[in-house]
Amino acid sequence: MPFTPHTAEEVQAMLDVIGVRTIEDLFADIPADMRPKSFDLPQGLSEMETCAYLEQLAGKNNTDLVSFLGAGFYNHYIPKAIDNLVGRGEFYTAYTPYQPESSQGTLQAIFEFQTAICRLLEMDVANASVYDGGTAIFEAMMMAVRAGRKRKKIVIDESISPIYREMLNTYTNNIDVDVVVVPHTEGLSNVEALKAAIDGDCAGVVVQNPNFFGNVQDFTELFEHAHANKALGIISVYPVMQSVMKTPGEMGADIAVAEAQSLGQPLSFGGPYLGVMSCSKKMIRQIPGRIVGRTEDIDGKTGYVLTLQAREQHIRRAKATSNICSNQALCALRALIHMSLLGPEGLIRTAELSMERAHYLADRLTMIEGVELLNGAPFGNEFAIRLPIKAEEAIEALMDKGFVTGFPVGRYYEDMDDVLLVACTELHSFEQIGVFTELLGGIL
Amino acid sequence: MAYPENLLYSKSHEWTKIEGDEATIGITSFAQEQLGDITFVELPEAGDTLDVGDEMGSIESVKAASELYIPVSGEVLAVNEDLEDAPEKVNESPFEGGWLIKIKLNGEPADLLSASEYAELVANEAH
Repeated sequence: MPFTPHTAEEVQAMLDVIGVRTIEDLFADIPADMRPKSFDLPQGLSEMETCAYLEQLAGKNNTDLVSFLGAGFYNHYIPKAIDNLVGRGEFYTAYTPYQPESSQGTLQAIFEFQTAICRLLEMDVANASVYDGGTAIFEAMMMAVRAGRKRKKIVIDESISPIYREMLNTYTNNIDVDVVVVPHTEGLSNVEALKAAIDGDCAGVVVQNPNFFGNVQDFTELFEHAHANKALGIISVYPVMQSVMKTPGEMGADIAVAEAQSLGQPLSFGGPYLGVMSCSKKMIRQIPGRIVGRTEDIDGKTGYVLTLQAREQHIRRAKATSNICSNQALCALRALIHMSLLGPEGLIRTAELSMERAHYLADRLTMIEGVELLNGAPFGNEFAIRLPIKAEEAIEALMDKGFVTGFPVGRYYEDMDDVLLVACTELHSFEQIGVFTELLGGIL
Repeated sequence: MAYPENLLYSKSHEWTKIEGDEATIGITSFAQEQLGDITFVELPEAGDTLDVGDEMGSIESVKAASELYIPVSGEVLAVNEDLEDAPEKVNESPFEGGWLIKIKLNGEPADLLSASEYAELVANEAH
């Protein structure tokens, strides 16, 4: 979109219409001593100076590293058509339109996104998306708290992403929810301990699959136990891997959420990403945010509308289900186009190639003296290994050689300074894996 | 508009029919008309104990969602399960088939209105 500043005449015309003399008059209500004395901004730069400065800043980024870093965010291939399609003027806004029914194309895209998510996760209902995976898991937790009425306890598996756990701590700091974390056992969810923590005060249990350590587990039995105790089962998943793994629907989850960065969103230094939320039909009135429905107009033609909005913020104000009133429309569109272009076969192939490479890498790395898998449990495209040295040291040593070794687990978990989390996607070549193994072996 | 004489009314537009130590509770014809087409009714569970003025659920129409407040105290004996599939019964028959919950009373009802007092309240609200 071109930058079109207002001319002095245009500014004056607007001021005349609203009946004030200067722009300064618009701020008259703010007491002078509450206004900033200065914005402390440097002098302006010319266009040439600005470009040179920004290029110099951009040059500081390392963009040609070979990265085995995952930890919830993965470098999958993004078809070129996505940028082209989402860049069209008809779609190019980050928001759900605020006069939604006049934007039928956007609503149709969101409806199709919801449908695709429901099919991928085998859940009944999906919303139009939320900001990111962490927001989605918090909102899922609050759905359980609302549905649980007087129940205030949420049981959380320590092997869900520690980034999400930090977000949940922040969000729940000042609300009446008791978050109970059940410790992992060598990177695996302790299902028996999770079951034991589900009591008459528990509104829901939160797990992740694959978990932070990359391990794949089946939570069917845990969710059955939760249901027997009138608590809800909440699961966070990795959308690409859902094409080959047991789905939340199959496990009997009540709410399934995901960080959908892996569906067509560039890693881009941390965002914008995409939070996916879906649930069983029984929970439909608890799911927050926007939901697009399909209906017919008075002439019998298909039309798309925002539906189930009576509990949302723009209608219910302080009594709303949540303070989510928008979505990540553009990111959701990227995910939809990504899923459409790959189709079920393409998604399965992406998952299989990523897993094949990760398992090959795991085989190679564990041949190095002193390197072993954290546990022997099944994993997808990511796994944790114990090193004979600190993970941070290995990461530092290989950085100079152009490789990002992985994620140092000790940053978030006690007594795991020697644990390294390593991920592969279809973008890693066997040559890269070979060189990486040689380099890592060389420093150990 | 006529309001049944045998019922008691609250200012938040719920009606209560007291029979011995039991009471049936619903929303008035005025309330359902204000809400418009009702799409969903959320009710407590049998066995829940509620105090007068507690939120006993919510009612959602095409226009808005509103809380329901219980005009008397007691233990929930039954909820109208027909409303799960047919919430429109509250519109069609607010004083009969569209009842919400039955409770076993404990304690005195709150300051409730007679049919004529409620009719007066509604007449004032409507203007």
